[in-house]
Amino acid sequence: MKPNIILAILLMAGITYLIRVLPLVLIRREIKNPIIRSFLHYVPYVTLSVMTFPAILYATNVIWSALAALVVAVLLSLKGCKLPVVAASACVAVFLIELFPF
Amino acid sequence: MLTRKAYFAHGLRDGLPIALGYFAVAFALGIKATEAGMHPWQAALMSFLNVTSAGEAAGIALLGAGTTYFELGFTQLVINIRYLLMSCALSQKLSHKTGLLHRLLVGYGVTDEIFGISVSCEGNLSPYYSYGAICVAVPGWTLGTLLGAVMGELLPVRVVGALGVALYAMFIAIILPPARKSRVIAGIVAVSMLASAILSFICEKLSLTWFTEGFRIVALTVVISLIAAILFPVKNEEKEGEHNEA
Repeated sequence: MKPNIILAILLMAGITYLIRVLPLVLIRREIKNPIIRSFLHYVPYVTLSVMTFPAILYATNVIWSALAALVVAVLLSLKGCKLPVVAASACVAVFLIELFPF
Repeated sequence: MLTRKAYFAHGLRDGLPIALGYFAVAFALGIKATEAGMHPWQAALMSFLNVTSAGEAAGIALLGAGTTYFELGFTQLVINIRYLLMSCALSQKLSHKTGLLHRLLVGYGVTDEIFGISVSCEGNLSPYYSYGAICVAVPGWTLGTLLGAVMGELLPVRVVGALGVALYAMFIAIILPPARKSRVIAGIVAVSMLASAILSFICEKLSLTWFTEGFRIVALTVVISLIAAILFPVKNEEKEGEHNEA
């Protein structure tokens, strides 16, 4: 079967939007339960950590440039650099490392 | 408290690196979309409406191979269920006075990256911050897809590859500063990354293709956050400081 592409796109978008918007619309009060509060407090750190590693290692053409980007991003973040600076520096690191032939 | 305009400007500023990273990822996505038989404008529409890299990549693969509406919908649900957790966390970050329209609009922009910068804001999240980020990130995503679909082979691979790393660098810049201030968060970050690496290694070795990356993210997030919440419950005083800012 070949679904209509526009209908398929709308279906995908509808489901994805509902996933995103339902909690924002339904949970309108401050949650008091300490375990749920703590759970939601930790969610961002776990999610972002899990998404970053090991995926960053496969984000470039060769692993060395990815490692360089990782090191640069970690060092600059710990030094307190702002987001755009960290992101741009990591890109520059990848670009420079990949100038060398592997 | 800042003015709406100031929040919007902050969102634009923090959204800029996201837009660059998106452009690179979307460019690759656009190339795949054309290969799967989509028109460039269809690919752009898909990106504008869905704004989800993993979900769209899966959708393109399914559409290219031939699929059903049910399979398409179910795949989106599984891959994107992590947004449900993110939105639950964001619901606590919005002021309870935030109206329905704002909530509906903020929901459109709950991507991994916009979520990342939104939770790292001090105090409550202003919807105008989200709008600023959306206004620069979504055009980057949509245009990237369109250009990838139209002129895939023209841009040097090297430049596109270098931009792709921006998103991960951003995540690092979001999680490390709080990890430096709190040993608990530092431990959580380390455990999460290690667990993620081990699990993806196992999945690869055993060819567990059903255990997709989106699924792994959700499973690890629920398990690790829950254990952390039980072992290290957050005291209320810590949160009060945040509310004063808003």
